[in-house]
Amino acid sequence: MFAFIISRLLQALPVMLTVALLSFAMFAYVGDPVAIMLGQDYTIAQRDQLIADLGLNQPFFVQFAKFVVNAAQGEFGLSYRLSRPVAQLIVERAPATLELALCAAILALAIGVPMGVYTGLYRNSWLSRFFLTFSLIGVSLPTFLIGILLILTFSVWLGWLPSFGRGDTVNLGWWSTGLLTWSGIKALILPSITLGLFQLTLIMRLVRAEMMEVLRTDYIKFARARGLTNRAVHFGHALKNTLVPVITITGLQLGAIIAFAIVTETVFQWPGMGLLFIQSVSVADIPVMSAYLLLIALMFVTINLIVDLLYYAVDPRLRIGRGKGAH
Amino acid sequence: MTAPLLEVRNLRVEFPTRRGTLVALDDVSFSIAHGEVLGVVGESGAGKSMTGAAIIGLLEPPGRIAGGQILLNGRRIDNLPYSELRKLRGREIGAIFQDPLTTLNPLYTVGQQLIETMVTHLPLNPAQARAKAIEWLELVGIPAASQRIDSYPHEFSGGMRQRVVIALALCAEPKLIVADEPTTALDVSIQAQVISLLKSLARDKGTSMMLVTHDMGVIAETADRVAVMYAGRIVEVGAVRNVVQQAAHPYSAGLMGSIPPVGRRLERLQQIDGSMPRLSAIPPGCPYNPRCPHAFDRCFVERPELMPAKDNLAACWLYAEQGVPRHA
Repeated sequence: MFAFIISRLLQALPVMLTVALLSFAMFAYVGDPVAIMLGQDYTIAQRDQLIADLGLNQPFFVQFAKFVVNAAQGEFGLSYRLSRPVAQLIVERAPATLELALCAAILALAIGVPMGVYTGLYRNSWLSRFFLTFSLIGVSLPTFLIGILLILTFSVWLGWLPSFGRGDTVNLGWWSTGLLTWSGIKALILPSITLGLFQLTLIMRLVRAEMMEVLRTDYIKFARARGLTNRAVHFGHALKNTLVPVITITGLQLGAIIAFAIVTETVFQWPGMGLLFIQSVSVADIPVMSAYLLLIALMFVTINLIVDLLYYAVDPRLRIGRGKGAH
Repeated sequence: MTAPLLEVRNLRVEFPTRRGTLVALDDVSFSIAHGEVLGVVGESGAGKSMTGAAIIGLLEPPGRIAGGQILLNGRRIDNLPYSELRKLRGREIGAIFQDPLTTLNPLYTVGQQLIETMVTHLPLNPAQARAKAIEWLELVGIPAASQRIDSYPHEFSGGMRQRVVIALALCAEPKLIVADEPTTALDVSIQAQVISLLKSLARDKGTSMMLVTHDMGVIAETADRVAVMYAGRIVEVGAVRNVVQQAAHPYSAGLMGSIPPVGRRLERLQQIDGSMPRLSAIPPGCPYNPRCPHAFDRCFVERPELMPAKDNLAACWLYAEQGVPRHA
């Protein structure tokens, strides 16, 4: 098990280095940081001085090595736009995005899985048909449109929920949370639904397809023949066997939720990393962009590792090295 | 003789399809006495497994029982509501399926599967059930049962898995076992072991068994009586020796004739010409008439019911003069 984790971490290394190379390349090819930092009026001497200070006259590989070493220590330099350390900006914004992503993921799982089980079990009931029709909406409507429609309905017409921002937040150390105040929770509802709806319908459809597949297997027939209760058969034997693909997709989708919260955060003016990123893009704030890119890559790598570990927890057939394997 | 444990009367199973209703089982009647082993033989698609599935109430939809009755200890079980039927399964009627590689849930240890079955049906707490589970594994011949109880199905060989399946089918102490081709998927060398295990356990526990197979050797070895099925009907029923040695129905005779004799060299195995009709194209009269070497006029118009034939009951007009038709 330990060896497995080590080997996966070693495999993750080239991935991270490749992403680092890409995000480093942004400095060289997207915009000219020297021009941005110097402003309108400067002398050639000032320009050469700055280039030397920034180390931009050093060979490519030396610069890249420095970048990697700094990045590994969480050091991404100063934001061009805000003139503050990038790491600090991201740490400030991360709790908002992570809370939003977590709520969206929990929403998607807590509703998507039961709906998937239900529609898989009772394929022809009218409720299943309703769920399936509803899921089409979730799959096909773009996120920004869902967000705007929700704002229109619940903020503009009904006036129940706020249309933007995080509401009041409480600081727990460096982590600012919106989960402890009523206005924070209210502010979280609409963005979570917007962000989670697509994942919800995706998980529902996935669980449904897997359930239908698993319910046809001999071991489910045999479980019924043993006289187990429906609940044990459906939620024990059947659902557990659908979990491996569901975990895979959920893991990847969690990464996607965090990475692509950009749209939702923009619609709801949610002060998270996505909004930071999109604001940075518009002014070519490269340090922020490259740090964001690396952070997202790191998240995907971490989530994939966790997903692989969960496989082991769920499926005993993957736990090799214990007993004898089947053919 | 006391009332039979299981009685199937005029069972009819239909499959509604887009192109009309297919009759998969037609007028199937038989009974199994307490402690008796009834072998059910026939070609693939004859309705052997379907009969077993109908008895445990696990017909694949859209298949449904369209007529007839199934009685267990004199109580009708074919029309029970789902929850009642569930309590019956495992507890009164156990089932063994064909392929032990796919019958066990891969994500649960064999112990978990045994324990949950017993706890569902018997008044045992989990600790008692675990002790019983180890006993059962020992009983079906799993070595080092107290360690193997925590193993997953993939850690067992095919033969060992079928032993676990047998333990699962028997652990809630049902009175009847429906064993659907229990040895077909196993290596030939393992088949005999599993069959003799099944036979001795059934004898020790006084369990009756409906043994579905197309292996005549297994039937001859294990069964007390044999029912031969053809195109969804029973064509002959009788004591195993009578059916194997002096089959009355031409189909049974053909089936027995196709067993290669031991000790004699044969140039060719005997075979029955033609193939079983599709369910959608069963001929009128006797369904066997296109392949039957003895078919005469009556076979093409009138459907024979089971009637005394030699020492058995056979659905064949050749024996019409022996008496009036009657049920098994």
